[in-house]
Amino acid sequence: MSTDLEQFYEIFFEESSELLADMEACLLRLDVNSPDLEDLNAIFRAAHSIKGGAGTFGFTDMTEMTHMLETLLDRLRKGELEVRSEMVDAFLKAGDVIKAQLDGHRGEGQADPTVAEAICEELKRLSEDTQEAASIVDTKTVFSDTKAKPVSQEIDVGSGVDKVSHENIAAGLSFIIEFSSTDLSSTALENLFSNLKGLGNLENLTPVNVEGRYKLALTTSSSEEDVWETLAFVVDPASLKIEATTIDNTPAKVAEIEILSESIHDTGALAEVDELTCEASSVSGYGFFPGAPAVPKNIEDSETGLDQAQLPNTCSNKNESQVTNKSFGKTNAAASASETSSIRVSIEKVDQMINLVGELVITQAMLAQTASQYDPVLFEKLYSGMSQLERNTRDLQESVMSIRMMPISFVFSRYPRVVRDLAAKLNKRVELRTVGENTELDKGLIEKIADPLTHLVRNSLDHGVEVAEKRMAAGKPAQGTITLRAFHQGGSIVIEVSDDGAGLNRGKILAKAKERGFPVHDAMTDQEVWLLIFEAGFSTADQVTDVSGRGVGMDVVKRNIQSMGGRIDIESTFGSGTRISIRLPLTLAILDGLSVVVGDQMFIVPLNYITESLQPAATDIKTVSGQGRVVQVRGEYLPVIALHEFFNLRPSVTEIHKGILVILEAEGHKAALFVDDLVGQHQVVIKSLESNYRRVQGASGATIMGDGKVALILDAAALVMASQQELV
Amino acid sequence: MAKTILAVDDSASIRQMVTFTLKGAGYEVIEAVDGQDAFDKASHHQINLILTDINMPRMDGLKLLELLRKLAQYKNIPILILTTESSDEIKAKGRAAGATGWLVKPFDPKRLLEVIGKVIG
Repeated sequence: MSTDLEQFYEIFFEESSELLADMEACLLRLDVNSPDLEDLNAIFRAAHSIKGGAGTFGFTDMTEMTHMLETLLDRLRKGELEVRSEMVDAFLKAGDVIKAQLDGHRGEGQADPTVAEAICEELKRLSEDTQEAASIVDTKTVFSDTKAKPVSQEIDVGSGVDKVSHENIAAGLSFIIEFSSTDLSSTALENLFSNLKGLGNLENLTPVNVEGRYKLALTTSSSEEDVWETLAFVVDPASLKIEATTIDNTPAKVAEIEILSESIHDTGALAEVDELTCEASSVSGYGFFPGAPAVPKNIEDSETGLDQAQLPNTCSNKNESQVTNKSFGKTNAAASASETSSIRVSIEKVDQMINLVGELVITQAMLAQTASQYDPVLFEKLYSGMSQLERNTRDLQESVMSIRMMPISFVFSRYPRVVRDLAAKLNKRVELRTVGENTELDKGLIEKIADPLTHLVRNSLDHGVEVAEKRMAAGKPAQGTITLRAFHQGGSIVIEVSDDGAGLNRGKILAKAKERGFPVHDAMTDQEVWLLIFEAGFSTADQVTDVSGRGVGMDVVKRNIQSMGGRIDIESTFGSGTRISIRLPLTLAILDGLSVVVGDQMFIVPLNYITESLQPAATDIKTVSGQGRVVQVRGEYLPVIALHEFFNLRPSVTEIHKGILVILEAEGHKAALFVDDLVGQHQVVIKSLESNYRRVQGASGATIMGDGKVALILDAAALVMASQQELV
Repeated sequence: MAKTILAVDDSASIRQMVTFTLKGAGYEVIEAVDGQDAFDKASHHQINLILTDINMPRMDGLKLLELLRKLAQYKNIPILILTTESSDEIKAKGRAAGATGWLVKPFDPKRLLEVIGKVIG
C-alpha cells in the first residue's frame, strides 16, 4: 500500500509551529538558576515530537537539528548537566533555525544551512561539556530508606549518554566491586548506581541467576577511597569488597542488570535482554521482546534468535493471547473512528460559514421587516415565530463567530522573546508583563495586529524605557517594565502597550515637527501632539539605531490599525511613562453601527466613533467666512460635515438645526456629521466594497439592510480627518 | 469484524498518518493523545493492539504499559512501543514494562503495516 505523505505535511507544519512556540515560551520562562524539571521535560518533548514528525515526513535537516537539541536537553533533564544561560540562547537560536527550516519546507523562503550548522556545532559542544557531570555526583548522599524490604526489580545501569561522557577516563583505574544488596531498597540501589556512574564507566558483572549480590566493574579516574566512600554510605561495609584491577580495555558497552521479580515473572513480560534482540531491530526497524505478552510464535522463533528452550514460561502465554484476541474480534465494539477533542478545519470553510450566516441574518432582518407590516394581535404566532427566529439567528451568528476567535496569547506569546533579545541588545533591563492573555479576538485581527504590536513594543523598549543608570538617577527601579494588556470594552477589544519609561517630551516633539515642516502650533492639546509621532517621516530619537528611530513604522502602525477599523490613542506623562492603546472591533465581519438617513439613502456609522447625537439650536451654528460651518457643542467648536454634500445627495432636511448632528471622534479630533435623521442601532454584516464594487471615498464598506437595499458604512476616521483639513 | 488498534501519540500529524495508513488496510483505529487519554479509551473499548509513543505529556508510554498490563483485559494484548531511535535504554524499559515489541520512529506506512500484520495479521 502506498501512502502519499504529503497530505499530512500541512498538519505537521502547524503542529511543529505550535510546538516551537511552546518550546520558546518554556525556554523564556526557564529560570537558569533553578530550572523547573517540568519545563525541561516539556521542551524536550517538543523537540522530540518535532523530530519524530520530521523523520517520518523526510525533513532530514529538521531531524538533525532537533536531534542535537534533544541530546542536550536529555542530559539537562536527567541532571547530568546544569542549565546555563548560553544553552538557553542556543536553544532559542536553534528554535529559530527550525522555524526557518519549517518555512523552507512550506515553500516560504529558504533556511540558511550554514547557520544551522553553526548552531548544531554549538549544541554539540554544549552537550559534550562534561565538566559539570562529575561535580554533580554527591558522594555524601545518605539514604534513610535502608530498612525497606529488598525488592527485586530491574535497574538500568546502562545509558547511552554515559558512554559518551566517560570516554575520556580510559586512563583511569578499574575496580571490581562486590556487595550484598539484600538490605537495600530499590531507590537506594538506583541512587547508588547513578552515583557510581557519575564516577566512571560502570559495568555489571552479576550473573543473571544470582540474587541479592552484585558484582560490578567500575572504570574511573577517582581513587579507591572515593569509590569506597560512595559505596560505604549505602551498602553494608561488611559485605563490600573493592578490588583494584588493571584496565583490560573492556568495551564501553554497559550491560543491564535485571532481577526478575515475582510479579513480572507472572506476566511473562521479562526474560534476559539479549543483545541479539536489539541487533535484530536496527536492520528491520522493529522487533519483539522474546517472552513478552502477545508476541507471535513464528516471529519469536525466527527473528529474535533466541532458543525457545530458554523461555519455558512464555509459551502458554502466547497461546492464551491468541485466544483472547479472537474473542475480542467477536465482541469488537463499534468504536468511533477518531475521538480527538478538536478538529482542524481550513479557515476558508469557517469563512464560508460566517458568510452564509451573514446572509441568514440579512434574510431574517428582511422577514422581520415584512412581518412588521402585519397586525401583531391578528398574527401573534407569526410574531412569536419571528422573535424566536431572531434569537436563534443571533445565537447561531455568535457561535459561528466564536469559531474564529482566538485568545490574544497567540500574539502576546511572541513578545517575551522580542523583549529579551532587544533588551540584551540595548543593554537595558526590562521585564515584560502580560495581562488578559485570554481575551479573544478574531483570527484575522490576531494575524494583523501582530506586526503593529511588535513595533510598539520595540518602540517602547528603545525609546520608552531608559537604561538602568538613568532610571536609578530618576528614582525609578533599575528594571523597567513593559506591560501588554488586553481587555474587552463595549463591542471593542482594547490592547495597551505601556511602559514606565521616560514618557513623551512635548517640547521635543513639537520642535521636531516644526523642523520637519508639520503644521503645528503651541496651543495643540497633548493628545494631538502625541499623535504626531504616528506621522510619516517623524522620529525624535537622537540617534538612529537599527532597532527603531528611522521614522518608518509608526505611521505604518497607525495605517494598519486604521485598516482594521481600529483607532490608536496615546497617554503619556513626561518622566513616568507612556501608554499606547489600540481599540479594535471584535471582529472584521460584523460591526455595531448606527443607521442614519439622508434623503432616500441609508448610511451606517460605526458605533465606536460616535460620542453623542444631538439636535443643535440654530444659534449654535456658525459659518466660517464662507468656507464651512462649525457648531458649538458645550463650548467647543466642531466642524460640520454635511453628509448630503459629501455624497452629493438631495436631503429632505437642509437646515442643520432641523436635522441631527452625530458627533464623531477619531484620532483626537471631533467633527459633527449632519444627517436628516437617525434610524436605529444595528449589528451589520460587513461586505467589502473593493471586492464587490470599487473603492468609495468616505465609505469603508457596505452592508445589506433588512429591506434588501445596500447601505454604505461610513469611514468615520476619514470623514473627521477630511473636515480637519478643510479647516486648516 | 475489523480489528481495533489504539494509536497513542501526542503528535497529531503522526496520529493522522498512522490512522490513515491503518484504516486503509482495513483496521479500526482509535486515537489517543497521551497515556492518560489512551488508558481512558482502552478501558472503554475492546482493543486488539496498542501502538504507543513513549515520550508524551501527562502520562508517558511506559506508565501506560505498566497500568495496562495490570488489567486482566490487557495482560496479553500486543502493545508495541515507538522509539525515536533504536535506543536500547528505551527498549529495555519498554520490555520491563511489558511491551510486546518496538517500532523505530520514523517509520514508513509499509513498515507499520508489516509489523502490525505480523502481530495481529
